[in-house]
Amino acid sequence: MLDTNTSVRPSPGAAAAPALLEVENLQAWYGESHILHGMTFQVRRGEVVTLLGRNGAGKTTTMKSVMGVVGQRTGSVRYQGTETISLPPNKIARLGVAWCPEERGIFASLNVRENLMLPPVVKPGGMSLEEVYDLFPRLKERATSQGTKLSGGEQQMLAIARILRTGAEMLLLDEPTEGLAPVIVQQIGTIIRQLKERGLTILLVEQNFRFAATVADRHYVVEHGQVIDEIANSELERNRAKLEEYLGV
Amino acid sequence: MAELLGFPPQVLFGQLLLGLINGAFYAILSLGLALIFGLLNIINFAHGAQYMMGAFFAYLLLNILGIGYWPALILAPLLVGVTGIIIERLFLSRLYKLDHLYGLLLTFGLALILEGVFRHLYGVSGLPYAQPAALQGGQNLGFMYLPNYRAWVVVASVAVCLGTWLLIEKTKLGAYLRAATENPTLVQAFGINVPVMITLTYGFGVALAGFAGVLAAPIYSVNPLMGSNLIIIVFAVVVIGGMGSIMGAVLTGFGLGIIEGLTKVFYPEASSTVIFVIMAIVLLIKPAGLFGKAH
Ligand SMILES: Nc1ncnc2c1ncn2[C@@H]1O[C@H](COP(=O)(O)OP(=O)(O)O)[C@@H](O)[C@H]1O
Ligand SMILES: [Mg+2]
Repeated sequence: MLDTNTSVRPSPGAAAAPALLEVENLQAWYGESHILHGMTFQVRRGEVVTLLGRNGAGKTTTMKSVMGVVGQRTGSVRYQGTETISLPPNKIARLGVAWCPEERGIFASLNVRENLMLPPVVKPGGMSLEEVYDLFPRLKERATSQGTKLSGGEQQMLAIARILRTGAEMLLLDEPTEGLAPVIVQQIGTIIRQLKERGLTILLVEQNFRFAATVADRHYVVEHGQVIDEIANSELERNRAKLEEYLGV
Repeated sequence: MAELLGFPPQVLFGQLLLGLINGAFYAILSLGLALIFGLLNIINFAHGAQYMMGAFFAYLLLNILGIGYWPALILAPLLVGVTGIIIERLFLSRLYKLDHLYGLLLTFGLALILEGVFRHLYGVSGLPYAQPAALQGGQNLGFMYLPNYRAWVVVASVAVCLGTWLLIEKTKLGAYLRAATENPTLVQAFGINVPVMITLTYGFGVALAGFAGVLAAPIYSVNPLMGSNLIIIVFAVVVIGGMGSIMGAVLTGFGLGIIEGLTKVFYPEASSTVIFVIMAIVLLIKPAGLFGKAH
């Protein structure tokens, strides 16, 4: 089923680059329920790769497992060659992986600026506060507001903005466009492309494959906790019917 | 001097001061409880015993090592904090995934054991601890006599509460603590070692109780049961204030101390129950407490 067509044109130089993130036979459980049944995929340095799939397919669980916040997991997750499957989340973060969770995780007891400054810098080369404010001017205006008083779109911006300061090279973005108005979705698309130009590597979870197509190099289709297909972005149109069937849209 | 509201001012202000002193202890103790509950989700029933240990450590430092009040004011809370860290690592850290009830039972058991040990070693009659020389005597303010040591207790408590509040509300460390209270998983996923933070928070919370114990030693005698008498009231204070808020814990602590003091003047029969009456009313009207957030 894997798409072997070689007209795949990933981001410049990415094809030759070694995988930054290598996930192999990843299994995960919540208590008794076995959710991931052997996820295998790679993300190369500088790529934007999406996980597409229906609700409940296990995309969020995959991200949480990569981040280390799902306690029960087996298999292999290598980041820059380092095996992280048995590391706690704080150690994984320190390697340069940052996570923007689906529910955004804006802290109500912190104001916008405190939310922004919360994640510690883990690597040199992250954005300065000024650069972040240039990218998200609205956050500067609302700096002293309570974090959860922002609109949904602003909260999503804040959730992305705060991991850009940390110097993390790999960003895990879980449905950043979920429930947002089309203009905001466009803005988020622009930002993701800017981040890619800066050389960041992004693993993106999306339900909206039209949006995904505007930012990504490759797509993995997830079903029942497994990768069932891989589609290059340039092949997306040709595989449209198949994809719509996978996603049930 | 003229009477105030039909009472001699000495009586009125004397009780007000007593109320303020009690309030100072309520405030420090409920502050520690609120911190611990916020981050650990554990209702620390050992808090009273840890307050008692603070007083005992001060007593033992003096009588075994000849270390006086001022160094003990730092050392005894530190020692209580260290025992707290050991307790957290050995026991509490195993309970976080379970219901609140388990933490409550465990810390209740610990309180009984600690009190039992000190009771076995030192009896229940109470041991004297002298006021530091620098704070003996008092000031005649005209309308009342103000013992220096009691003034110091109020000043020191306000300073500690304010310092803790500033630490939590205005510093980066405090931002980590507030954030981890809301969502420890995410804070850890940002690269913060949350388990260590939890351990240190428990240590700090119980060190506050130890500090209150040292402050109390020269006022009340050092007694294995001094904490268990106090902690029941402190839990009522926490229920009234609500578990969610640091400032709420402090304000409620001082406020209820003063109300209790005034009740002793105006209606002495109710002075030992007034806090519980207020607790019942607050529970009926605002079950999450005056400063608490409903869940
Ligand atoms: N905390 C949890 N406890 C138990 N089951 C969960 C939990 N979170 C998610 N699940 C289950 O795991 C499956 C995958 O969920 P998730 O990874 O969130 O899917 P997706 O992000 O692809 O929509 C779903 O069946 C969901 O019900
Ligand atoms: Mg999801």
